[in-house]
Amino acid sequence: MSLRSAHTCGYVLSAPTGMKNSKILPPATHSAPTCAISAIRQAKAVEIALSGDWVLDAQLPPLEPVLAQIETNAIKKIIFSTTALGRWDSMLVTELIKLIDYASQKGVAVDKASLPASIQGLLTLVSAVPERVDAHRDQAQTSWSQALVVSTGKAVQHSKEMLIFVGEMIISTFATLRGQAHFRRQDLWLYIQECGPSALPIVTLISLLVGLILAFVGAVQLSLFGAQIYIANLVSLGMTREMGGLMTAIIMSGRTGAAYAAQIGTMHVNSEIDALKTMNLDPMAFLVLPRMLALIIIMPLLCLYADLMGIIGGGFVTVNFFDVSLTEYLDRTASAVKMKDFIIGFVKCSVFGILIALSGCMRGMQCGRSASAVGDAGTSAVVTAIVFIVVADSVMTIICNRLGI
Amino acid sequence: MANSASPEDNIVSISNLSFSRGPRKIFDAVSLEIQRGKVTAIMGPSGTGKTTLLKLIGGQLAPDRGQIHVDGQNVHRLKTRELYELRKRMGMLFQSGALLTDMSVYDNVAFPMREHTHLPESMIRTLVLMKLHAVGLRGARHLMPNELSGGMARRVALARAIALDPLMIMYDEPFTGQDPISKGALVHLIKSLNTTLGLTSIIVSHDVQETAAIADYIYVLSGGKIIGQGTPQELQQSDSEWVQQFMHGDADGPVHFHYSAPDYLDDLLASK
Repeated sequence: MSLRSAHTCGYVLSAPTGMKNSKILPPATHSAPTCAISAIRQAKAVEIALSGDWVLDAQLPPLEPVLAQIETNAIKKIIFSTTALGRWDSMLVTELIKLIDYASQKGVAVDKASLPASIQGLLTLVSAVPERVDAHRDQAQTSWSQALVVSTGKAVQHSKEMLIFVGEMIISTFATLRGQAHFRRQDLWLYIQECGPSALPIVTLISLLVGLILAFVGAVQLSLFGAQIYIANLVSLGMTREMGGLMTAIIMSGRTGAAYAAQIGTMHVNSEIDALKTMNLDPMAFLVLPRMLALIIIMPLLCLYADLMGIIGGGFVTVNFFDVSLTEYLDRTASAVKMKDFIIGFVKCSVFGILIALSGCMRGMQCGRSASAVGDAGTSAVVTAIVFIVVADSVMTIICNRLGI
Repeated sequence: MANSASPEDNIVSISNLSFSRGPRKIFDAVSLEIQRGKVTAIMGPSGTGKTTLLKLIGGQLAPDRGQIHVDGQNVHRLKTRELYELRKRMGMLFQSGALLTDMSVYDNVAFPMREHTHLPESMIRTLVLMKLHAVGLRGARHLMPNELSGGMARRVALARAIALDPLMIMYDEPFTGQDPISKGALVHLIKSLNTTLGLTSIIVSHDVQETAAIADYIYVLSGGKIIGQGTPQELQQSDSEWVQQFMHGDADGPVHFHYSAPDYLDDLLASK
């Protein structure tokens, strides 16, 4: 059976002679609700007859012909006839509202008294609540200048919050050093375990591949001059000074920074942070400091590990594809990398550690009180951390370059 | 003022307190007293700043104007260290329980003792079992917070709040979202802890029945002001229309059922 015949609704515009609107309902061959509307012209009024079931799953007949009927003739009044009306719900009321609104635009009176009392009641409710004066204020169009002011205000607000957080953290650090606040040592070990050994597999994989990529990229150019041996210099310097630290930092901001934001954010949602405060523990010292300390301790070690993995990855490519012996590769590497390169990597990585912990914990502490806010805090922690890392890395690289180290 | 007791009988006295969040005024010159050893309830509809009041008493927020004295000390004049000392004597029970999720029930109750005292572990064990027994959950000490029902979590939090034998406990919506049996258990616990431990209890709630059953004195807050106060019986008989609506939970009254909105008809037609 086709869909159309399943939902049979019809519109019948009766002849102006006043012919009875009879038998407009098709035979009920199916249980689908049927409804119909018809307009019968009377002397100066139009009688709108509603019949059938006006419910949600009925296919409603189009209103336009009825509306046209109201408009085209010199009609002063609308009356309703509901003798054939079956079941109905809000669908009928919505259609009636359209009709009544149209009629009032055209200056045609509507005799609501001819409707059943329950429908009248609903229509009265519709117009019962008075308009609030400023209800439309939000819908006002904002111009670009307003948007600029608003976003500048937000940026200023964000920087202010960041400064406040850093300030509070410094105060808590000193309070902890003076013994006025404290954190639990076992927490520190737990965080070290969480961000150190547990991160080794992913750091291994990424660093090996980065070393490999560096070697390939360099080899393409260097082998043009037959200088494949310098791949060792490229990889080892590239890893120790830049890529080792940077890649570790980016992995850790996604892995640990987001986790910190989510952990602290969830504690916020559960009012665990408030509970800590009422139990006379400084959440900054208790939650933020051990996390930050763990990252500051672990990041340089991870960075060192990433450097080694990168050099191994590079070595694999150089030895296997570019005709350089393992001894030569190791020898070039040892002569290319100085202690200062490792130290630069170390320092950078400690700074990245602080930045990751800072953005993770800050977004966690600023988290709202809902479940979706925790997700937002995680996302925003990663974004903030990566921006901080890249900016800090550029600044430190420029400083190193200017100082000639 | 109806609550006329000598000043030393008041553990908390708030005078002329004003506080706003941004442009919104939460409290406007509120004054109230909380008597020592009694159960005092602060009631009012959601969003009237009942929890904010508790945070102000606990010194987590600072008022714009006015003073809060707890046990004779002006909370917002104290040095950080003194404030922390005072807070140790104020237990607080949060709506969600606010248990630390990565610790068992036992460790949660032991937590404040481990952090703030140097008691040996054997004594902590005795104390923890005692507190857990008081709330009827000694057998649940190995469970983790996510294995507890809402009512049990609140009872564990209560055990944690009384871990350091505070002067007073502030309950933030203790009955919200509880089944009748848990509610009954909490009502019984709050009352019996108050009498047996000689505590002072402050209950912030909008559950009229339960609160009226245990409170000695009730303050009703709305729109930043105290609009009714007295014993539960006095409030039931109050001639303020607002208090009547609140105490009996009528749908319409001085507080309207409809949040003010644009005209319904216009709203419906606007989408088209």
